[in-house]
Amino acid sequence: MPNMKPKIKIKDFNFYYGASQVLKRISMDIQPTHVTAIIGPSGCGKSTLLRCLNRMNDLIPSSRPEGKIEIDGQDINAPSIDVVDLRKRVGMVFQKPNPFPKSIFDNVAYGLRVNGIKDNRLIEKRVEASLKGSALWEEAKDRLKENALNLSGGQQQRLCVARALAIEPEVLLMDEPASALDPIATAKIEELIVELKKKYTIVIVTHNMQQAARISDSTAFLMQGDLVEYGKTSDIFTKPKQKMTEEYITGRFG
Amino acid sequence: MNEKSIKQVLGFWVLRLCMGFVALILVVVFYDIITKGAPAVTWTFLTQSPREGMTEGGIFPAIVGTFLVTMITAILAVPLGMGSAIYLNEYAPDNFMTRFIRMSIRNLSGVPSIVYGLFGVALFVEMCHFGTSIISAGCTLGLMTLPLTITASEEALKAVPRSYREGALALGATKWQSIRTNVLPYAIPGMLTGAILGLSRAAGETAPILFTGAAFFLPDLPNSLLSQFMALPYHLYIMSTQHHNITLVRPIAYGTALVLLMLIFLVNISAIILRYRLRQMKKE
Repeated sequence: MPNMKPKIKIKDFNFYYGASQVLKRISMDIQPTHVTAIIGPSGCGKSTLLRCLNRMNDLIPSSRPEGKIEIDGQDINAPSIDVVDLRKRVGMVFQKPNPFPKSIFDNVAYGLRVNGIKDNRLIEKRVEASLKGSALWEEAKDRLKENALNLSGGQQQRLCVARALAIEPEVLLMDEPASALDPIATAKIEELIVELKKKYTIVIVTHNMQQAARISDSTAFLMQGDLVEYGKTSDIFTKPKQKMTEEYITGRFG
Repeated sequence: MNEKSIKQVLGFWVLRLCMGFVALILVVVFYDIITKGAPAVTWTFLTQSPREGMTEGGIFPAIVGTFLVTMITAILAVPLGMGSAIYLNEYAPDNFMTRFIRMSIRNLSGVPSIVYGLFGVALFVEMCHFGTSIISAGCTLGLMTLPLTITASEEALKAVPRSYREGALALGATKWQSIRTNVLPYAIPGMLTGAILGLSRAAGETAPILFTGAAFFLPDLPNSLLSQFMALPYHLYIMSTQHHNITLVRPIAYGTALVLLMLIFLVNISAIILRYRLRQMKKE
């Protein structure tokens, strides 16, 4: 692992839904301008971990974090942290493309507008830049006023990426962003992720092991809430230290 | 034919008969009211007051009364109902208290309307000193309609996908911003439809206005919200049971029924059109 100052530091982190503990003493450092993949069988807690990074789990009643997650040295669960601010810094793309039933333009502008930006020229500039950033501009530039639901699934997901990019986050969380897409759209999203890591810290949850191997720099393997192994992707996939990791990536279970 | 397909054919026919029976009742009711009511409904009937001991003239004061009372009902029930529904569905924690409140609301919609009438007398007529008036009757009907508007609004809110809320929050929207810009616009058509259907039911009610403000006969239109009023359903009730010559005024009763029916029909159709319009706007 390269010795950069980590962007995100997770330390002895536990997470509970009511009485059941879904994350157990997770500790890992996430590097800036890196793609970090979280893999593991269904129900292992990988989406929960991802959603802890922008506190999306706050929405779930009776859920409770314990331990520390720091972004740039700041404890994100501290009472002084404004969760709205946090989510501006930590963008998220969901598993199923979820464009709002508004025009393509308004979708990308949404985050800007709710954050109080009123200057229309600035909004236009940012919308264009974000759509270019998510490689959707060429397809969308002549139909910005069209309803986003008319886009194909892959285009919708790139629109959601653009929407997240528009508010200029530092970290981008992606929860199985390609699982609802066909192979061609998936390839486009993967290219996009590799392109985006130049500027952003990316954490991606994926079910698809080849995908993790193709696009990530580091991989974390989670199993029933435990972080079994975490390291450079090339190491994890070629010489895993744990037997369980090896069995999972070779498809013996999961 | 084997046994399975005979059962299937039989099943279909039973269901078809049920449907046919319901449709038949509807047709008979409509036929009866329209054939007997239509001759009475003339321009004079719609625009004049009753005359000659309510054996002649029209039902204009009753139309105005029903309209005014329904307005008061709307002013009370629609904003309150929508507001409570938004709170219940979006903000209230899911605990014993909210479940209890929700259950009580459901139960309230089953309370007989005459009970609301009595309650209206106690609260609005007596305690608030509104007297028997448009405002007392409107508020009573408003209370009666509230459970319906709350329930319908909550259903409309539930129909908005979670991903709209999460998507907005993930972009740094506050909870209120996500509700206002990304939930309400998609729930409003359903909320309004529910509200209008509730109002059309309120407009046709007799029991709640019976003691709270409806009058047997008034020669003049109400001149303030504290006046008594005539209302279509109550007029119909009087014309069919309380009048000194029921057989003579039967056509007027049927005419009133037809007008009331048409008004409610109109309101319901406007609800459908409104919902359709709003959906179209959203699709652009």
